[in-house]
Amino acid sequence: MAQVRLEVNGKAVEADVEPNTLLVDLLRRSLSLTGTHVGCDTSQCGACVVLVDGNAIKSCTYLALQADGKSITTIEGLAAGGALHPVQEAFREMHALQCGFCTPGMVMAAVDLLARNPSPSEDEIRSGLKGNICRCTGYHNIVKAVQSAATAMSRQAAAE
Amino acid sequence: MTSPMIGAAVKRREDFRFLKGIGRYTDDMSLPGQTCCYIVRSPVAHATIKSIDTAAAAASPGVVAVLTSKDFEGVGGLPCGWLVTSRDGSPMAEPKHPILAEGKVRHVGDPIVAVIAETLNAAKDAAELVVVEFAELPAVVDMRKALAGGEKVHEQPSGNLCFDWELGDKAAVDAAFAKAHHVTKIDLVNNRLVANAMEPRAAIGSFDPATEDYTLVTTSQNPHVIRLLMGAFVLSIPEHKLRVYAPDVGGGFGSKIYHYAEEALVTFASKKIGRPIKWVAERTESFISDAHGRDHVSHAEMAFDRDGQALALRVDTLANMGAYLSTFAPCIPTWLHGTLLAGQYTTPAIYCNVKAVFTNTVPVDAYRGAGRPEATFLLERLMTKAAMEMGLDQTEIRRRNFIQPSQFPYQTPVAVVYDTGNYEASLDKAMSLADYKGFEARRAEAKARGKLRGIGVASYIEACGIAPSSLVGALGARAGLYEAATVRVNPTGSVSVLTGSHSHGQGHDTTFAQVVADKLGIPMEQVEIVHGDTAKVPFGMGTYGSRSIAVGGTAIVNALDKVIAKGRKIAAHLLEAAEADIVFEGGAYQVKGTDKQKTFGEIALTAYVPHKYPIEEIEPGLEETAFYDPKNFTFPAGTYICEVEIDPRTGETTIVSFSAADDFGNVINPMIVEGQVHGGLAQGIGQALLEQCVYDDEGQLITGSYMDYCMPRADDVPFFKVATTSTPCTHNPLGVKGCGEAGAIGAPPAVINAICDALKDRGVLHIDMPATPERIWRAVGGAAGRAAAE
Repeated sequence: MAQVRLEVNGKAVEADVEPNTLLVDLLRRSLSLTGTHVGCDTSQCGACVVLVDGNAIKSCTYLALQADGKSITTIEGLAAGGALHPVQEAFREMHALQCGFCTPGMVMAAVDLLARNPSPSEDEIRSGLKGNICRCTGYHNIVKAVQSAATAMSRQAAAE
Repeated sequence: MTSPMIGAAVKRREDFRFLKGIGRYTDDMSLPGQTCCYIVRSPVAHATIKSIDTAAAAASPGVVAVLTSKDFEGVGGLPCGWLVTSRDGSPMAEPKHPILAEGKVRHVGDPIVAVIAETLNAAKDAAELVVVEFAELPAVVDMRKALAGGEKVHEQPSGNLCFDWELGDKAAVDAAFAKAHHVTKIDLVNNRLVANAMEPRAAIGSFDPATEDYTLVTTSQNPHVIRLLMGAFVLSIPEHKLRVYAPDVGGGFGSKIYHYAEEALVTFASKKIGRPIKWVAERTESFISDAHGRDHVSHAEMAFDRDGQALALRVDTLANMGAYLSTFAPCIPTWLHGTLLAGQYTTPAIYCNVKAVFTNTVPVDAYRGAGRPEATFLLERLMTKAAMEMGLDQTEIRRRNFIQPSQFPYQTPVAVVYDTGNYEASLDKAMSLADYKGFEARRAEAKARGKLRGIGVASYIEACGIAPSSLVGALGARAGLYEAATVRVNPTGSVSVLTGSHSHGQGHDTTFAQVVADKLGIPMEQVEIVHGDTAKVPFGMGTYGSRSIAVGGTAIVNALDKVIAKGRKIAAHLLEAAEADIVFEGGAYQVKGTDKQKTFGEIALTAYVPHKYPIEEIEPGLEETAFYDPKNFTFPAGTYICEVEIDPRTGETTIVSFSAADDFGNVINPMIVEGQVHGGLAQGIGQALLEQCVYDDEGQLITGSYMDYCMPRADDVPFFKVATTSTPCTHNPLGVKGCGEAGAIGAPPAVINAICDALKDRGVLHIDMPATPERIWRAVGGAAGRAAAE
């Protein structure tokens, strides 16, 4: 057992973890943040994507120990003060989710994508999200949602 | 009455919890004292088990129990819900499907030992210590070899044949072929797929010693069906002692219809160990334990007269059942396949023979479309191939064979009666979406860039809303296929709807609420949709075969009608008018021709506070239940047009445009319907271009993870152009048909027809799915073709 200190969704967290404990297991089992999902065991599907110090990572292939001293944002921490994040809002507006299982990872990956590229082309969005598998939507409305979020966020940024 | 809600693109109410990460899937739940289960599965495809040594595993730290088939004595095998009868009148072979292997394993992934421990890691560590000694047997993977005297998967008189089924008039077909002007022939494979819902299957079993009640939380599309199958046939637990609960379920696509061994295992063992047990599939485990889909090998021939009019169709299919019969496996290649072979056409004579085969592979059952994609692929490939051979345009040959609107109801030669349709309307709409007329110019432009451009048409029909119980009973179903709904009007006027349909992505919470709000004239916010829990919902047959709105929705409408009728009696009493003079409109009961009225909320309150009430005539309360048994299948239909561009140097296919025109009858929520089409199209494109389950000769699944099984990703598909036409269903009150599977049914032939159109000048008339770059590159001549092109 080793102790890790990290920040999760703005709150300081201390936890005892095994050397082989994965970040996703720390989040889901120890912290009961079950919004982050596990959809595969080969780091392919992206259902487990969270932000570590602002960068998207697949928490199923990231040790809890590696997160020591870092700041984690999960889907539960994205809606600031209860209002949906523009990406969440766009997903709802564009019907970019059906069963909802890939959604947390997809939203976090989209947040990361837009942070790196605020006005991506369709190809850049499709390429940027290819680490996340959705079996329900055919990606059509997901891509539309990211386009819509990009517009909303740049408008928001211009207003600020 | 105006319909402000039905037909409106209302945003989904369920989205908030999913977007905030506070949905509740099975693995998100934990019960006090819960243990974890890990299953030791067969690493070989076919073997006799010589011994199982669990001593070391049982002694491993944290282990609570290690179970083998010996611990399940008296427990039944997993039942099959459909009996297919062979053409000689004999019943299908139905070998036992045990919970844990009994002396033999029959596919890679066959469960052998269950290790239950305090933590998942402790269970996994202990599982490593289980020693199973196998005497390996030759594996039977190929269906033809399986039938030609290969090693027997089960010891039974018919060898590896499960059934040999036929449908249609063979003599009439033979006679029509004898006078045909042209015969188009095709050999094709409908590739084996894995449903791959993003949420892996999971189950939590628990037992309450105080009440002696069992509870199973499971990833199911139909919890009541699981309760029935598991309770009555496997564990002998009566319904009132068994609760099955399917909370948020992360997609199904058919794979979560069936009753699986793990569900019975955790339920049964939870009593044995006196603690709840959770099992969650890892993805690789899903690949070797979830029922697979498709896997047909067919030869088909179609006879035409000189005008391209179809005279007859003849189909021979081998259908892989895998190692055991999954819950609905036998009906997929038979009654959901043979009956759709008329398609949208007037082909007067059709004959279909299907041999179902046991092999040492994972069981095969329904996957999105289930039988109908196989029929459609076969038929639509034949139509386009025939068009190419006879020098007709793909759309023209279809148009010449369409059943005309005046011909409905239309009795096909393969048992079903189509109630309504207008196939030219959807073809015309798809052609306009696709700018079909402008295609040849685009082909020429692509050619100038060294690319091969092709266009493919597919006109599909499907049978949804399964089905009249009397009909499916006659065809071998061991269950009725109705749906149940209860509408509970609460005293203050809010409404709880308990539906037997199950939502695992379809958006019932929104769509069904729209229907209720519309019928009762109340805001959607006052309507709650409850599903997925046998403790709450009276009964249900669940969600599959695009049946939720057509069958489940109709049950809700019928219950609503009963509520409205009872409310009318109460209103008549309160308004001192004759019942016949009361109209219900816009959420109020009104005396015809006056301004005297009572709102729906006032009537609800009166029903529960019956101070001034016709108590001699009617009971207090306002709650009604309806069981709706459909009068017929519904028949959604449409035309899809795919346009591809192929790079002959690499064999790579790009879908440059995909247009879909669907006739789903009336649409409740167009946004949700479009979303369903998008998802189906991606799965259909996945089948056509990317997805393929590959077994080697030893029965090892080569494609056992997302590293090897190619799932469609965001950059594999384009934006889709979708539109609808409408001929409302004639036999349900909403006029709805169902939209869940259309995309997966119509897309594969549209894509392959487009590829064949692109390659026809290179002499390629057919290519099997998935049409990978390698297959296409080889088809156009590989390196030699490349050199010629350059």
